[in-house]
Amino acid sequence: MSGLQAQGLNLRIGETPILKDVSLDIAPGQILGLVGESGSGKSMTALAVMQLLPGGSICDGTVSLDGDDLTTLTEAQMCDRRGCDVSMIFQEPMTALNPVQTIGFQIAETVTIHGGSRAEGAARARDLLARVGLAQIPLDRYPHELSGGQRQRVCIALAIALHPKLLIADEPTTALDVTTQAQILDLLKQIVTEEGMAMLFITHDLAVVAGLADEVAVMKDGAVVEHGPTAQLFARMQHPYTRALFAASRHQPQRQIQAAPQPLLTIQNATRTYRLPRPHLFAKPDALEAVSDVSFSLHRGESLGLVGGSGCGKSTLTRAILGLEPLQGGKIQLDGQSISPDMPPDVRGRMQVVFQDPYGSFNPRHRVRRILTEPFHLQGSPTGLEARIAEALTSVGLSPQDADKFPHAFSGGQRQRIAIARALITRPDLIVLDEAVSALDVSVRAQVLDLLADLQGQLKLSYLFISHDLTVVRAITDRVLVMAAGKIVEEGPTERVFADPQHSYTRALLAAAPKLPEAAA
Amino acid sequence: MRAGVQLWLGVLLTGAVMLAAAVSFIWTPYDVTQLAIAAKLQSPGPDYLLGTDHLGRDMVSMLMVGARTSIAVALVAVGIGITLGVPLGLWAAATRGSLTDEIVMRGNDVIFAFPSLVIAILITAVFGPSAINAIIAIGIFNIPVFARVARGAALSLWTREFVLAARVAGKRGARISAEHILPNIANLLIVQGTIQFSLGILAEAGLSYVGLGTQPPTPSWGRMLADAQTFFYGTPRVAVLPGLAIVLMVLGLNLMGDGLRDALDPRLRKTVQ
Amino acid sequence: MIRYAASRLLSLVLSLVAASVVIFALVEVVPGDPAAFMLGLNASPETVAALRAELGLSGSVVSRYLGWIGGMVQGDFGTSYTYRVPVSELILQRIWVSVPLAGYALILSTVIALPIGILSAARRGRPVDYGIMGFTQLGIAVPNFWFAMLLVLLFAITLQLVPAGGFPGWEAGFWAGMTALTLPAIALALPQASILARVMRSALIETLGQDYMRTARAKGLSEGQAICRHGLRNALIPVLTIIGLQFSFLLAGAIIIENVFFLPGLGRLIFQGITQRDLIVVESVTMLLVFAVITVTFLVDIAYAAVDPRLRRR
Repeated sequence: MSGLQAQGLNLRIGETPILKDVSLDIAPGQILGLVGESGSGKSMTALAVMQLLPGGSICDGTVSLDGDDLTTLTEAQMCDRRGCDVSMIFQEPMTALNPVQTIGFQIAETVTIHGGSRAEGAARARDLLARVGLAQIPLDRYPHELSGGQRQRVCIALAIALHPKLLIADEPTTALDVTTQAQILDLLKQIVTEEGMAMLFITHDLAVVAGLADEVAVMKDGAVVEHGPTAQLFARMQHPYTRALFAASRHQPQRQIQAAPQPLLTIQNATRTYRLPRPHLFAKPDALEAVSDVSFSLHRGESLGLVGGSGCGKSTLTRAILGLEPLQGGKIQLDGQSISPDMPPDVRGRMQVVFQDPYGSFNPRHRVRRILTEPFHLQGSPTGLEARIAEALTSVGLSPQDADKFPHAFSGGQRQRIAIARALITRPDLIVLDEAVSALDVSVRAQVLDLLADLQGQLKLSYLFISHDLTVVRAITDRVLVMAAGKIVEEGPTERVFADPQHSYTRALLAAAPKLPEAAA
Repeated sequence: MRAGVQLWLGVLLTGAVMLAAAVSFIWTPYDVTQLAIAAKLQSPGPDYLLGTDHLGRDMVSMLMVGARTSIAVALVAVGIGITLGVPLGLWAAATRGSLTDEIVMRGNDVIFAFPSLVIAILITAVFGPSAINAIIAIGIFNIPVFARVARGAALSLWTREFVLAARVAGKRGARISAEHILPNIANLLIVQGTIQFSLGILAEAGLSYVGLGTQPPTPSWGRMLADAQTFFYGTPRVAVLPGLAIVLMVLGLNLMGDGLRDALDPRLRKTVQ
Repeated sequence: MIRYAASRLLSLVLSLVAASVVIFALVEVVPGDPAAFMLGLNASPETVAALRAELGLSGSVVSRYLGWIGGMVQGDFGTSYTYRVPVSELILQRIWVSVPLAGYALILSTVIALPIGILSAARRGRPVDYGIMGFTQLGIAVPNFWFAMLLVLLFAITLQLVPAGGFPGWEAGFWAGMTALTLPAIALALPQASILARVMRSALIETLGQDYMRTARAKGLSEGQAICRHGLRNALIPVLTIIGLQFSFLLAGAIIIENVFFLPGLGRLIFQGITQRDLIVVESVTMLLVFAVITVTFLVDIAYAAVDPRLRRR
C-alpha cells in the first residue's frame, strides 16, 4: 500500500478524549482536506500522524505510510522519518522559523540532519528556494527580513527538501492575506502534482478545500463525520453537520435596506502619518503615511464595509474614526460634530466599537455589569442603569442575570455578544465593527451576523464594518470601500463591486478569494 | 501540585521568621541590651538555648531582634521601590514611545547600569553608616526594577482590546492605568516584591557586615556576622547561626515568590508542564 | 549594525556622565566642608584651609567637576589624602587582585551554571531537574560572604588545605596567586551560578514552546538536537543579560569578600578610604567600578547583536 493510511486513531490526553476512531486514507499525488471548527481535533490528528503528540497523550490505532506502521517505530527511528518521509508546515509563518538563523541554514538543515553534507544542503537549499518561487532571495537572509508569504514559502521549501511521501499542512494560509493565500495554495497544489506526494491539508475554511482538495473529510468533536471525493461530498452532504457548516459558511442574514440619504459620518481628506520608533534618543523619527487623503461618508442606517489586506491602513483609519488618535490632515465628523481625541462626551457616546478578539476585549477582573457600563464613563450613569443593562443583555440574546458573571464564564460567541451589548448600551447611532466576527467559528459567526442584522433593523443603527473577509462583508453591507496602501481605491454598492469590480486591486482580491461551490440541489 | 508545596513551604519559613521578629517586640528570652561579659561565648545549654555571643548576649534573643531589623530594612526598601517605581513604569507605558517614556526608561537604564552595592557603599560612606541610609541605598535600586516590570507588563496590556475599549469610552491614561492595568499586573508586582524583599535582606546583611548598615548596639543578622568575624575560627556557632537565619528567610521568600508566580500565572504553569 | 552600536555607545556615554554627576554630587553634598569632614572635628582651621587648596575645592562646582573628569580621562585620579600618593598608583596596585577575582568568579559561575541549566531544562519535570532547582534555590539564598566564612572554616581551619586569607602577590607565581583567589572566587560564584542556571533553564524552556522548535522537530531533529541547534542560541539572549549584570554583582561582591579573606583589592581600598575619610580615594574607586560595569553592559549589548540578527539591522 502506498500513501498514508491512518486506521482507528483514538487519542486521550489525561482523561479527555480528543480523537475517536479517526481513519484517513491519502493516495500519492492526492490532497485530503481535513475540515472542522476549532477544537474538532484536526490538528491533533496531524500531530498523531507525525508522532509529535504532547506529553500525557495516549494514542492507539495505526498510521501506515507506504506500508510501514509509524506507531511501532521508536522515537529515534521516527526522527529519521520526519522531514524525510513525512513533513509538516504550520499556521504561523511569522514564528515558525528560528529568528536567529539564516533561511539557507534552516532549509539545508533538513538535508544535513538526514545525512547530507553541508555542500549538498546548501546546493539543495538554493534549488528549493527557486522551486518555491524565491529564486531572487539570497540564502543568508534572516526570517525577519522576509514577508509572511515569503516565510511560508521557506517553510514549504524546508518541508519538501527530501521529497517526503506525505506533507501535512496545518492551516498554512490562515494567517495570510487572500492574495498571498491564493499564491501559496497554487504552489502547494503544483508541488503535490509534480512530486507525487500525498498531502493532508487542514483548514477551518470549506471554500479553501473546495478549490484544492481531491477528497474532503469533515471532523466534529474528534470524529470524522463525513468523508468522500470533494465534488461528490459537496454535492451530497449526507451528514447534517456538513450541511450546517456549509450553510453557515455562506450564510446571508436577512436584512432590510434602510439607508437614509443624509450622511452620519463624513471623512474628508483624512491623512495619518506614524512616527516610527526613534533609532536612538536624538535621532529624528522616520515617518510612515498609513492613511493618505481618504474621503468617504456613511449614511444614517447604512451598513458600510471597509475591506483591504493587512497593512492597508484600515486599522489606522479605524483608530482615527474612534477618536483614539489625531489626524495629521483632514477631518472626521459625526453628524456635524468634529471627532478627535478631545471630542465632547456626548459625541463619544454616539459611536461605539466591537473588536475582533472575544477573549481580549474584556478586563478579566471585571464583572459583566462593570464592563457594560464602561461607555458611560464620561457621561455619567443614566437613571435606570439596571434596566439599561438588562435591556442591552436581552437584546443580544443573553439574560439580565449574566451581568454578575465574569467574562471567562462565557464562550467565544457569547463574549462577542457581550461586546455588542457594551456597544449598544449608550444607544449609539454608529457601531464600528472592527473584524468583529473574524475570530469566530463559522457556525457562531452566522449567529452573530444574524444578531447584527436584527439589531440594525430594530434600532436603526449604522455600521462601519471593517474586515479582510470578503464573504462576510458581502453578507452584511450595503456599500463597500476597498482600501489599499492607505487609499480608497474603489467604492460602490456591495453587489455591484463584487459583481463588476473596476479597480485592478479589487479584481485581484476577488479572484484570489476561495469560493464555495454552488449549493447542492 | 509542586507549586503548592513550594508556596506553603515558603509561607511557613517566612511566616516563622516574621513571627519571631514580631514576638521580639514584647518578649525575648534575654534582654539584648544587657551585656554579660562573664557569660560570653557560652555553649548552647539549658540557660542559653543557642549559647551566647562574645558579649554574653543570648543568641536566640539576638536572632529574634536581628530579624526585626533585617526585615524592616528590606521591607521599607521594597516599599520605596514600589511606590516610586510602579507609577513611573505605568506612566512610561501610558505614554509609550513619547519623550517621557524615553527619559524614564533611559534614566532607569542608567540606574540599572550602576553597581548597586558600590553606590550603596558610597551613599553610606558619605552620609554616615546607619540603617536609614542603608534603606535609602537599597530602596533606590528597587525603583528601576519595579519600573521595568510594571512598564513591560503594562505595555502588553495597552495593546489589548479591553484597554482600547476603555479608550473609546473616553478614559485617559491615568484612569486606565489604575483601573485596567494595575489590577492585571498586580500578580507580577507581588512576585517581584518577594524577590526584591529577599535581595534586600541579603543587601542589608552585606552592608551591615562591612559596617555600613545597622549600627551597634542595634542587632541585625549582618551585624552579628560582622561581630563574629574575629571569633568564628574558635566558635563557628556565632557565625553559622545568623547566616542560617538569613538563608532560611531568603529561601522562604524565594520559594514563596516562585510558588506565587506559578499559582497566579496560568501561562507559566502551562510552560512548566 | 553600526547604527545599533552607535546608539548603544551613546547610551554608554550618557550612563557614564550620569554616574559621574551622581558620584560627584554625592561627595559634594557631604554635610559641611569636605576638607573639614575629611580631617575630623579636631582639625585646626589652617590645616583645613591647606587641604582645601590641595583638593582644589576653590572654584565653582562646574569647574571642579570638569577638573575631576578631565583629570580622570588623563589617568590622574587625584592624590590620596592619607597615603599622600596619587590615587592612580593605589588603584594600580589593587586592581590586579579585584579584577582577576571577579573574572575568575564569572568564569566559574558560567562554566558551572550553563551545563546545569541546560541539563535541567532538557530533563524538566524529572528528578534531576527537581534536584538542581532545589539546590540552586538554596544557592541563591546564601549570602556570599557567609558562604566564604564557611569555606574558610572547612578548608582553611579544619582541613588546613589553603591559607585562611591574604594574598602572596602575583610575584609569588601564578599558581600561588590563583590558589589564594580560589576560595573567594568559589564563594562569589556559588550564588551567581545558581541564578544563572535558573535563568538558563527558564530561557531554554521558554524557547521549547516556540513554533520554530516544532518546525525543527517536523524536520526530523530529535528533541536534544532541536534544543542544541535552535533553542540554545535563542535562549542565550536573556542569559547574556544576566551574565552582564552579574559582573556588576561580582565586583560589588568582591568588595565584601575581600574583607573576609584579607585580600588587598579595591574593596579594601574603599573601606580604608571610608574609615580614614579619604573621600578622593572613595570617589575615584567608585567611579572606576562604575566605569567597568557600564563598559561591560555595553559589551553585552554588542554581543546581543552577534547573537540576534534582528538587532543588527537597527
